[in-house]
Order: sequence, then C-alpha cells, then structure tokens
Amino acid sequence: MSFFNFPLAPPRASNIAQTYDPVFYALVGLSIFFTIIVCVGAIFFAIRYKAGTKADRSRPMYENLPLELTWTIIPLILGLVMFYFGTALFVKIKTPPKNAEEIYVIGKQWMWHIQHGNGVRENNTLHVPVGKPIKLTMISQDVLHAFYIPAFRVQMGVVPGRYTELWFTATEVGEYHLFCNMYCGTQHSEMGGKVVAMDPKDYAEWLSNGGQSVAPMSMEQAGAKVYARVHCDNCHGAEDTLHAPSLYGIYGKRRVFADGTSLIADDEYIRDSIVRPYDHITAGYGQTMPVYQGQLTEEDLLNLVAYIKVIGTALPNPPTSNVNRHSAPTAVSHTNEASALSTNAIQADTDDPDASPTRRVGAPAVGAVAAEGRNR
Amino acid sequence: MSSTVIPSGELQPHVDETNYLNVSHTISSWLLTGDHKRIALLYLVSTSFFFFLGSVAAGLIRYELTSPAGVVLESDTYNKVFSSHGILMVFTFLVVAIPAIFGNFLVPLMIGARDLAFPRLNLASWYMYMTGGTLILAGMVFGGVDTGWTFYTPYSSMYSNGQVTMVIIGIFIAGFSTITTGINFVVTIHKMRAPGMTWFRLPLFIWAMYATSLMMILATPVVAITLLLVVYERTFKLPIFSPELGGDPVLFQHLFWFYSHPAVYIMILPAFAVISELIANFSRKRIFGYHFVAFSSLAIAGLGFLVWGHHMFVSSQSMYESIVFSLISFLVAVPSAIKIFNWMATMYKGNIRLQSPMIYAIAFLMIFTVGGLTGLFLGAAGTDIHLTATYFVVAHFHYVMVGGTMLAFLGALHYWWPKMTGRMFADGIARVNAVIVFIGFNLTFFPQFIVGWLGMPRRYHYYYFAPEFQAYHIMSTLGASVLGLGFILPAFYLTKSLFTGEKASANPWGAHGLEWETSSPPPTSNFLETPIVMDEVYDFDPVSDHAEDLRRIAEEQQRKLNDSNRPSEDHN
Repeated sequence: MSFFNFPLAPPRASNIAQTYDPVFYALVGLSIFFTIIVCVGAIFFAIRYKAGTKADRSRPMYENLPLELTWTIIPLILGLVMFYFGTALFVKIKTPPKNAEEIYVIGKQWMWHIQHGNGVRENNTLHVPVGKPIKLTMISQDVLHAFYIPAFRVQMGVVPGRYTELWFTATEVGEYHLFCNMYCGTQHSEMGGKVVAMDPKDYAEWLSNGGQSVAPMSMEQAGAKVYARVHCDNCHGAEDTLHAPSLYGIYGKRRVFADGTSLIADDEYIRDSIVRPYDHITAGYGQTMPVYQGQLTEEDLLNLVAYIKVIGTALPNPPTSNVNRHSAPTAVSHTNEASALSTNAIQADTDDPDASPTRRVGAPAVGAVAAEGRNR
Repeated sequence: MSSTVIPSGELQPHVDETNYLNVSHTISSWLLTGDHKRIALLYLVSTSFFFFLGSVAAGLIRYELTSPAGVVLESDTYNKVFSSHGILMVFTFLVVAIPAIFGNFLVPLMIGARDLAFPRLNLASWYMYMTGGTLILAGMVFGGVDTGWTFYTPYSSMYSNGQVTMVIIGIFIAGFSTITTGINFVVTIHKMRAPGMTWFRLPLFIWAMYATSLMMILATPVVAITLLLVVYERTFKLPIFSPELGGDPVLFQHLFWFYSHPAVYIMILPAFAVISELIANFSRKRIFGYHFVAFSSLAIAGLGFLVWGHHMFVSSQSMYESIVFSLISFLVAVPSAIKIFNWMATMYKGNIRLQSPMIYAIAFLMIFTVGGLTGLFLGAAGTDIHLTATYFVVAHFHYVMVGGTMLAFLGALHYWWPKMTGRMFADGIARVNAVIVFIGFNLTFFPQFIVGWLGMPRRYHYYYFAPEFQAYHIMSTLGASVLGLGFILPAFYLTKSLFTGEKASANPWGAHGLEWETSSPPPTSNFLETPIVMDEVYDFDPVSDHAEDLRRIAEEQQRKLNDSNRPSEDHN
C-alpha cells in the first residue's frame, strides 16, 4: 500500500535531469526564502501593530522612492538571473547533438508507436541505450499529444502535421514512466507506458533480436519501397529533369525557391514538400507534382524522409524479400510469437490503425482496473 | 476624517429609512432594475450558483483521485467533469465575480456617482451572462464537453463528440457581458467622478478595476472570435486549425492564450483591488506607495498582453520565441512583487484590526506569494519543460486563482456585506472560518506541487501505473473537504445575519472612503446630495488613531472593572 509513501523527487536518470535539478532546487530555495520573508513579515506586523499595542507609530511613512526602487530592482535582477539560468537550460534541452541516434515516434489516440532506425518497432515502450544521445523525431496522427519522461525531465508536444524533436542521454539503467501529457481524449491517462534504459550491450542485443524470425527492414529500405510504390522515381531521378529536380544529396543543403526565398532541406522541409509541394516550389519548376496530403501514412512519410536523406549517397539495395514487418504484419501479431519477444515490447500491427491501441505493459486491462476500483 | 462636505443643509442619512433594498419588493423591480447595486446582488446570487456547481465538480474530481484506478466514474465522465469544473469556474465565476459583484456595487459609490454610466447596458450584461451561463449548463447536461476549459484544437474542432458548439456559444455570449461591463466601468470612471475626486484620490480598488476593464475590453473579443473559429471548423469544416484540412493546430493556442493569459490578470487584478482596500482600511493607514501600487496595476495590464507564449514552451513554437516570452514573463513578475512589498509596508506602524476581512487579506498575502513564486518555475523556459501540464501547474494556478482571487472574494464579501445588506454578521465565526479556509486550501494544493514535480500529469483519470502518487492525492482530497467546509460555513452565517444580524451603521469598520459615508444599505441614488471630496484617499492618521484606541481600551477595562465590582446584584 502506498498510503505512507511520500517520495520527494522523481528519479534523476538523464544528462538533462542532471543539469535541470540544480536550477530547480535554486528556485525552490529562493521561493522558500521570499515566502518566509512575506509570511514572517505579515504575521510580525499584524501582531506588533495590532490596534492598542504599545508600538512606536510616530512619523509614519507613506512614500519612499529609494525603498520602492529597492524592491523593484532586486526582484528584477533576481528575475533576470533566473531567466538566464532557465534559458541556458532551455537551449540545452532544445539543441540535440549532431551525433544523436534517431528514433521515431508516432502518437495516436491512445498509444505511442515507436520505430528504431533499423526498423524495430514497439508500442508504449521505448528502449534506449544508456550513455548515448538519443533524438526522437515525433509526429501525431490525430490530435495533440505530448511525450513526457519525468525521470529524464524532458517533454515535448507531439503535433499533427509537423515534426517535433526531443533529445536526452539516459544515464541510469532502469525503467521509467512514459506519459502522454497533452489531453487527447477519453483514454488520455492511459496513453503511456515506460522507458527502458539499458546497458548499451544489452540494447544492441535487444535491437538485433527485436526482429525475431523476420529480418527487420531499415527505415531507408522501407522508404525506398514507398519511393518506388508511389513512383517518385518517375520524375525525381539521379539527374534534374524538365519536370523535377533530383533529390540526390539535397539533405542539409540550401534550397532556393521560385519566389526567391530559401530554406535548408531538413526533415520538416522534406515532409512538407511531399504533402504540400506548392508551399515551396524549387526555382525553375512549375506546379506539376501531385499533393500527397492524406495519401501517405505518417509512417510512410517517416520512412520516405529517411530514404530521401540518404538517396544517392548510401543508397540501400531495395529489399528483395517480400517478407518484412511492413507487408507481413501478421507474422508478429500471433500471440505466442509476441510473448516470445525478448522484451515486453508489443509489436504493433501498424497497417491496421484501429488495432487495439492502449495497452500499458504489465497493467491490467482498462475495464478490469476500473471495475476493481469500483469494488473497493 | 470627514471627507465630504454636503453643500446644502445638514447630512441626515437616517431620517428616511428607504434604501435600495426596500424601495420596492416586486420580482420585476429586481429583474428590470437599472440600479447598479441591485444588479450587483443579481450577480452575487447567480455567480454563487455557478460556483456551487463548479465546486461539486471539483469535489467529484478529488474523490475520484483518491484511488489510482478511480472510484465511481468512467474515464469519459471524468473528462467531462474536469472540463465542467474548469469552464464553470473560469468563465462563469472567476472572470465575472469580483468585477460584476463588487465592481458593480462599488465603482459608483467609491467615486461619488449615482450609478454607472449606462444602467440599461449594465442590466443587459447580466442577461447576457445568464443566457451564456444557461447555454453552458445546457451543453453540460445534454451531452457534456470533454475538451477541458482550453478547447485545444484539433481535438475540440474535429475529434470531440460532446456539446462543444453549444458550450462555446454560451462562452461567446457570456464574453459580451464581460466586455460591456468593462466599457461601463471605463466610461464611469472617466466621466462620473464626484467634484474633487481627482485621479490620484481614487481608491486603489478603482485603479485596479480600471486596469481590469481595459483588459476585458481588449482581450475578450479575441477569445470570442477564436472560439467561434472552432465552431466554424466543427460545423462547416472551414480549414483553420486542423492539419487534416490544411490548418495549423498551434495557431489556436496562440489565439487562445492571447486572451487567456490576460484573463488570468482579469481574474487577479480585482483581487489586488480588494486587498489594497482591506490592508489600508484595517491597518488604519494610507497605503504605502500609492502611485506604485496604482501604476503596477496598469503595468500588469500592459505586459500581461505580451506573455501568452509562456504557455507554449513545448507546443513547437520556435526556441527564440519562447526565450522572448520567458523574458517578458519575468518582467511581469516585478509589478506583483511591488504590490506585495507595498502592502506589507502599509501594515508597518499601522493600527491593525484583525477582523475577518483582514485575516483573509493576510492569508491572501501569504498564499499569493507562493502562487507568484511558483510561477517563476513555469516562466523559466528550461524548468517549465518538466513541469508544464503537470499537477505543479494545477497547484500554481490554484494558488493564484483560489488562494488569490477566491480569498479576496471572501474578504470582499465580508468587508462590504454590511454595506450591501445593512446587517452585521458574527465576526467571531467569520474569523475562525478564514483560518479554516487557509488551512484547507494549503492542505489541498500544496501536495499537488510535490506530486507535479514527481511527474503526475494533469487531467489524468487513472494513475495505477504510478502508485507513488497516491499519498499526495489523499492529502489533497482531505484538504478539499476542509476547504469545502470553509465555503459552506459563510453561506450559513451570512444568510443568518440577514435575519438576525444587528443593523449596520454607515461605517461599521471605521473605514475611509465615500461608500462608507452613505447609509448601510445606501439609498437608491447612493448619496442624498452629491459629495464633494476635500481630502486625500485613505486619510488615516495612525498616531491619533492609536490614541483613540488606547482611550477605547481604557474605557472597556474601566467598564469591566465596574462590572466586577458589583457582582451580587446579578444573583438576586
């Protein structure tokens, strides 16, 4: 029973948490200090100057500019100092290192679907190695969500229609809460699970075993399949053509548009140019490309973006086998196979978006828990 | 300390026993009244009703959270209950209560006017409020809303199945009540001050009410339009916020918080208004730094419009935007700090009466300080990342909204009750009640800071996967029971005072201000003759007041001594 369990701080399990906590505790100290000043001051004055007490009330003061300036400027300076430390922390949280390993997250009512770079997928559980910077690229398939790991002190909105990022380096092996922290509908409170921070060796093993009997397809490979399936290659080949520019090696390069503006080609730009190509027409081309808004799933888009990032540089061979997670989801949705996984990860049947979404690992089913509560 | 000179004849307020309450008794004389005092009472009754409903929802939420897997509600119902709690408390109570009840009652009285500038507009605003409130309630009864009071898109515009449209239209209409009240106050304060009532002789209540009115006029139309856009997208699939249709979901948050952050100040500035009055009058001392307190209200009103982005540090707005919003948020903290320190300096060398309104004011000082300081955790973009949308935020804004606005509301209700009703209540029980509220409040909301810091998200129905949160939730629910008692008791002893309370004199607290110069309750025209203001605001003299106090205490002791010297007579 947890009636007498009063934890005072969440676990501190990431590099960001290590930077975060000193700033937080400094603010706590400052708050306690000023709260004491006000409480003690108010009570002291209320007692000392209670009507009828013998206190010196001569020469009462009603205006005093130096005093006013004192309690204007001191809070202002303290505020600016806090702003500085808060902002420094914020910039660190918002700036993922270049060498971070990328993991992709799709939020939907009411589950997290997570895809590792080599194609291993899991639902509501995120496995990460300790000691290595991890960058999550996230998008929502429906409403707003927020990806929140209290033990890592990181949180970021997951928004439909655009990618958001979140990064951390886990520092302690263990299992931590994963919450959706943006109200998203009926089962909002059950959209979550856990983050499993593992020793890098265990993680590597987990990752290579994650595929079970089926060889996982890397995201680039899956993207190449999508590229071929929707016939991007009809226009976007190895060389610029009359109809379309080549996409080879564009990632990270500056793109100049018909209206004279320009942008660096990042994940967000590539996605936008697929779903809404006319927002940024590359200089020299017309409005000839089909609009893919609503035509491709977010997962297809993630894979496609991953492929376009490497197209022409480290072009992977299109997979020869048809047997892979994407086209043969049933291979992993058999109950006995799922339970044979080396971890608690639930393998998602992502081709069926209506597949029972909310499942917290190790938790009783929703109805059962609610019923248990009612019987108490 | 007589501040008024009646130009002709002598002041004899008690000759005529007619006042605004007993001038007529028909229902239509209330429902069609143009008298700002009667409209204030209409608001008092109606906002109390909505507050009661919002509190019932709060009680249900607290009860449900005592168990990690819920107690009686389904998740869908729970979501509708917390949404109802937020919508009722924000849109039908907090935004409305102090301006529409005490502002309505006091703005004309304090500046020496006979009524507000537009009495019929004032009555119309009450009808708009009631229409809006009725629609909101109807929406909650016939289907409910599960969007939270924030109506974030695209959930509210494309996914939620409840009566979102009806509730939004209710809020839209109630919003116009706020706008018209604001216009009425601004015009009245500009044009209808009594002779001699210069700007810097205005009570600070009026200054803060003026700043509030400006925000109401400028901010409310924005939320009205924004919510209407949600309705358009829901009904006509107009592409504005939903990415599926080609809209931008984050745009909604910008528009919504452009109103709703100023709305926070619309809720707290009237509380500042009340506290300035209480501290000055119960310390029998002119407020310290009058100009700083007055202009800090305007500074808050101005800067309050430029900080909305601090609600959106994790929303995907740009990092640089967030940094700018964070900086301005720290700047807006300064005027609030100025007020706190000036109130404390006012108590220094005062003659403090610890009657119930003053106890509420002191409780406000302590609680609002915690509410303000914890805001710094959320204004600093870095620390906000972990805390945003957790119970830390819930605790923070309840410290500001309940510990701030609600305590000020109770203080105001006790302070002006004799003026509004003409009856005194039992101050002893009222003082005890203030302490009950203070304890209950802190027991309810302080544990929520800790559980939020641990990572408990707000708007969660279940937390069976994190049982370590339970102890704090149980504490919080215990506190809510105490707090509930603190809200129920005044309903009884104040109502009782209407029937058995002794009649209030014109100035039962010994306060300073034009509203205390007319009879309690005031006549319909407020003042029998137009007052002329000759002296400064809060014109107390602590030294002579102290001499007065000593004489009074000596007299009381003498009387007690006399009583005890003749004991035998009583027994015969």
